[in-house]
Amino acid sequence: MSPMTSLSASQRLQAFANPARFMALSARLLAPLWVVSLGFLGVGLYYALFASPPDYQQGETVRIMYVHVPSAWLAMFGYSVMAMASAVALIFRHPLADLCAKSAAPIGAAFTFLALVTGALWGKPMWGAWWVWDARLTSVLILFFLYLGYMALWTAIEEPTRAARAAAVLALVGAINVPIIRYSVDWWNTLHQPASVFRMDGPTIAPEMLLPLALMAFGFTFLFVTLLLVRMRAEILRHRVRMLRLAQAAARAED
Amino acid sequence: MVEFFHMGGYAAYVWPVYALGLLVPLALAVQSLADYRRQLRLAEALEREAGGRVRRAAHKPDTEQGL
Amino acid sequence: MTHAFFALIVRDLRLAARIGGGGGMAVFFFLVVVAAVPLGIGPAPDLLARIAPGMLWVALLLSSLLTLDRLFHADYEDGTLDLLAMGRVPLELVVAAKAIGHFLTTGLPLVIAAPLLGLMLNLDVAAFPALMLAMLVGAPALSFLGVIGAGLTVGVRRGGLLASLLVLPFYLPVLIFGVSAARAAMAGFPAGVAGQSLLLLAAVTLVSLVIGPVAAAAALRANLR
Repeated sequence: MSPMTSLSASQRLQAFANPARFMALSARLLAPLWVVSLGFLGVGLYYALFASPPDYQQGETVRIMYVHVPSAWLAMFGYSVMAMASAVALIFRHPLADLCAKSAAPIGAAFTFLALVTGALWGKPMWGAWWVWDARLTSVLILFFLYLGYMALWTAIEEPTRAARAAAVLALVGAINVPIIRYSVDWWNTLHQPASVFRMDGPTIAPEMLLPLALMAFGFTFLFVTLLLVRMRAEILRHRVRMLRLAQAAARAED
Repeated sequence: MVEFFHMGGYAAYVWPVYALGLLVPLALAVQSLADYRRQLRLAEALEREAGGRVRRAAHKPDTEQGL
Repeated sequence: MTHAFFALIVRDLRLAARIGGGGGMAVFFFLVVVAAVPLGIGPAPDLLARIAPGMLWVALLLSSLLTLDRLFHADYEDGTLDLLAMGRVPLELVVAAKAIGHFLTTGLPLVIAAPLLGLMLNLDVAAFPALMLAMLVGAPALSFLGVIGAGLTVGVRRGGLLASLLVLPFYLPVLIFGVSAARAAMAGFPAGVAGQSLLLLAAVTLVSLVIGPVAAAAALRANLR
């Protein structure tokens, strides 16, 4: 290969993040990432279940927070990863960015689902109902719909490059709309605030509760990155399988 | 110990949360790894089957080297 | 350029008015949905009056969604869309013309039909002007956001359902501000809420006027290659 200095900026970017290099780099990163995420989660679980006190107001239900809040955080983190990767894909036309956005969606959706279900399980003892149309719950539900729509679009369009472009446009429109939706839901909620419902403005967090929360949040975040790499590697292989099949078909046609 | 599992009367809410918190990421990890292995096997099988000629045809720059 | 733009709108209106164009279908659907509500929840007048603004808005959303696949589908099938994409008029303007056509054939008739259905749902007559104004301000947003879904799913088999799924979350702010503008005109709401929600609704519409054509044109370019 010619020296790096003779390459244009965009070529250098290509070389920096080409799929082959990504495969080599991610292969080396995966083992440590698994260890770090499982380590954080293991220690976090110990603190969450055994080594932290019950809340003076919420009692033992506060332990639900250690799963619920990190999931909710990853629900939003996942969408940001998806939106940023989509922006990079549209601007720089980089194939890895498309794969990154595609791979982030199911992980984000899974954590959004987890946030919703654990929210319902927290709501029942706290609010006396499985589901309340609370501003936060409602916007997370809408976020879940956005994830589902994004994944549905990927599966609906057969040709991968076309699907990638369309999905990237959808993810970006979603990213512009998320704050608007969030604001409107908050606004709607203050308008309809039911007086009888116990309002939970997020427990003021004591330091002994912050530690398990931080450990679980780190663990989940590292797990997210690990799974993202695994899924991106699978996507690169899928692309390669497709290329090989096309080449095979072309070779057969020549015979 | 019994008290621990009792969770101050909230066992029916706390334990399902932790069960789901383990199950959902676990299911996702299993599915992701299974998909990766499947694609890896497919790619290897196709390469072996194709031998020399198609292999050359499939060598686009972006799919080259040690996948 | 402006001539071509208006020609596109007029063409869509003519196509909708033609036999088989399905121009009146949205209003008919709107009527059927609203008629189904009292059958579902009972005819108690005060209950109907309370949910009427929300019901009318939800029916407007549904009618708007169900007509989305008509936007580009026929033009995609017969190749007109390819010609439009290669033509001298920017694709963004083509999309905007399509969205305006959609508003004129579905949004506007529904706004005009709304008072009649409001009467049937026992809605307070004092709330009619606010309801109609809110619908008039909000309905263009439904069309301009709708073209995004239609553009993303053009060429997808049975794309209509998918388009609705993609677009519905983006419709929710319009629904929220639109309903509260109408309800605030009824009794029991603090003063100023009606004006505030109308302004917010107008803001949402203005944002959609920009991102709708840009995003839908990008989606069409991806799908037409």
